Amino acid sequence: MSDDLDFNDLKHAMRAATPSPDARKRAENIALAQENFDRLQGSADDARPTSDARKPGLFRGVMTMLKSIPAKGALAASTALAAVGLVLVLPVLQEPPAPLKLRDTAKDDAVAIEEMEAPLVEPSIAPMAKSAPQRFATGLSAPEIRPMPPLSDSEAYPETDPNPLKVTAESPVSTFSVDVDTASYAVLRNSLETGTLPPKDAVRIEEMVNYFPYDYAAPAGDTPFATHLATMVTPWNPDTRLLRIALQGRLPDIAARPPLNLVFLIDTSGSMDAANKLPLLKQSFSLMLSELRPEDSVAIVTYAGSAGRVLDPTPASDRTTILAALDRLTAGGSTAGQAGLQQAYATAEAMQDGEEISRVILATDGDFNVGLSDPDALKDYIAKKRESGTYLSVLGFGRGNLDDATMQALAQTGNGQAAYIDTLHEARKVLVDQLTGTLFPIADDVKIQVEFNPATIAEYRLIGYETRQLNREDFNNDKVDAGEIGAGHAVTALYELTPTGSPARQTDPLRYGTAPESSVSDELGFLKLRYKAPGASTSQLIETPITADLKDDTDAQFAAAIAGFGQLLTDARYLGDWGWDEAIALATEHRGDDPFGYRTEAVRLMRLAQSLADRD
Amino acid sequence: MLMNLSDEALAEAAAHGDKAAFSDLLERHYDRVFAFAFRLTGGRTEAEDLTQDICAALPSKLLRFEARARFTTWLYRVVLNAAHDRRRRQEAHSRAAEGWGDWEIARQAANAETDARIDWLTEAMRALSPDLRDTLALILDDLTHAEAAEVLNISEGTVSWRLSQARKHLRALKEKEDTA
Repeated sequence: MSDDLDFNDLKHAMRAATPSPDARKRAENIALAQENFDRLQGSADDARPTSDARKPGLFRGVMTMLKSIPAKGALAASTALAAVGLVLVLPVLQEPPAPLKLRDTAKDDAVAIEEMEAPLVEPSIAPMAKSAPQRFATGLSAPEIRPMPPLSDSEAYPETDPNPLKVTAESPVSTFSVDVDTASYAVLRNSLETGTLPPKDAVRIEEMVNYFPYDYAAPAGDTPFATHLATMVTPWNPDTRLLRIALQGRLPDIAARPPLNLVFLIDTSGSMDAANKLPLLKQSFSLMLSELRPEDSVAIVTYAGSAGRVLDPTPASDRTTILAALDRLTAGGSTAGQAGLQQAYATAEAMQDGEEISRVILATDGDFNVGLSDPDALKDYIAKKRESGTYLSVLGFGRGNLDDATMQALAQTGNGQAAYIDTLHEARKVLVDQLTGTLFPIADDVKIQVEFNPATIAEYRLIGYETRQLNREDFNNDKVDAGEIGAGHAVTALYELTPTGSPARQTDPLRYGTAPESSVSDELGFLKLRYKAPGASTSQLIETPITADLKDDTDAQFAAAIAGFGQLLTDARYLGDWGWDEAIALATEHRGDDPFGYRTEAVRLMRLAQSLADRD
Repeated sequence: MLMNLSDEALAEAAAHGDKAAFSDLLERHYDRVFAFAFRLTGGRTEAEDLTQDICAALPSKLLRFEARARFTTWLYRVVLNAAHDRRRRQEAHSRAAEGWGDWEIARQAANAETDARIDWLTEAMRALSPDLRDTLALILDDLTHAEAAEVLNISEGTVSWRLSQARKHLRALKEKEDTA
């Protein structure tokens, strides 16, 4: 059959039909690309966040973001940014105790931000997995996305040797800064779960120990933290002792908050299928989960194509069930936001039973079509629901489709709470710190100094805190920076002590050494703490003798097991024959209450590490 | 200047942060991207929007460019993926809008009016299934069957088959118009 439809004709026709690009649009688009190119170069150099952001500046994150906003914006005021100012603060915090003065600043900032021009929010170009052999980056934010602390070769960890054994007669004083970071634990968990032992330099034992909640009593009175000392026979050496020094930060009044009913309303539409969207969202929520209390409950509603409740109201203590439901979420299908919202509210209302606070947390990349088509109706709906006692928080994920108009409509209504989450770091800040109120530091520059008594202690070594060492003279120097403690934070440090006369002593006493002052004290040492009240420039001192009659407790035993775990992963030179089996047995025995399953998870990771170590 | 360098060399340099290279590369290919976007979308406004999407995302995508591939092949693929993504979102949008009131319907009607002005060919292409349209757009952009196959990550045979399908559809459409 002859072909009356010649492709060459078609080609000509098509060429004729194709308009030339609009010159102004062309210039704009090219400028946009250039801007994004420049921004990408700038952000590629970002360092790994090494410390949780608990610096006094509440909106440091916002300011950083603002700095990266180009002067010229394509869209109207970006809710994503405006909303960051209006943090996810629980209603409890609406009548805040004194330190929450910051909230007003938040409002002001938000207004200021709203007046600014918006960033260029580009629609994402999602890869078609099947047709694209190469993996394309989705959106611009690729270099800024850190959903997991990466373990790539380019990752730099501080190189340190374990703290050496110190001879009390030579250097009786040990000084270090507190560290409430826990990032190292997440890094090693990620590494173990992907089947490799973590690089030694990535393991920081103090961060592992501090990852776990301990049952330390909160301070009485006005002191910002309480000190809890314990001693025990060292698990890996019967001839030495472990000294546990724990600081427990004061809990804000939020400790007395009513239980929460949270309904996660999660956008699982196709556009959420990007590393900085659904996977980051899952990780963010599992972070937040760990900050909830057993009496809180959680439900999950998704919307994509059809809305559905994927998790019925479940107590927050049932982490396994909740995490499994989160895990099962996959992106796909289109967005039916309205039905999802209705179902989420219905779920929240059904969960209401007394004086809980109900909150719907909508997580979306903003491809929330319903809102776009009629923001006013949606606003009315949300406002009505707010009056009936259910609040709404909006979390934006991914820069791709972020729909500012809708985000704005939602943010300004359901109590105006929304946040934009681009990294896990940010998620932690928004969901965890601000949810629990631990954002507010209660003590700055917290330093610990221990003077050991040479009459009772021959040798000592600090386990972990290698990167937090301070010079002896730094302790009294208020200009030397140290770590902060936030409300409710706890810090735990462990020393391994060799009593005088112990067969475990590794150094011989000096023949001509100065005999210890004939101190009659049987104290092990003397603990000094320095801290500054937030914003203050001079420090205050707390002193406590470390007496010989300290007891041990389950928390100390568990911390010891974790310290052993850390040493097995890094340098086991002090552990002797004590190995994985012993560490696992010790941790298992001292799991205690473990309402959130952290300790159980640690035991699982230890088993995993054991099998990986055996394999190598 | 850089104008004599190959696309691939420019792309490599741009991926390593060379601003001038990125600028040249974009100037060199902007019109091609727009034209192809027009062929894929069948509308000027949509083509402009699609091109904007691509411009915005291109810097980060370039980081993944591997010099093994020809730059133009890679670029076609970027445009195609962007178009797919856009289509998907529009589908989601119109589906979600179904239950949501007149505002959206009115908006879509206004769009349709504008669309009525586009000529037969683009209209005909719009009537094709996305697969056929993508393939035809590539061939009409002077790509060989082999090149189109590479962009689409399908076999050459599939390209030829899709083209014959497209041809059949177009011919049917033409006949219908002629008799009308």
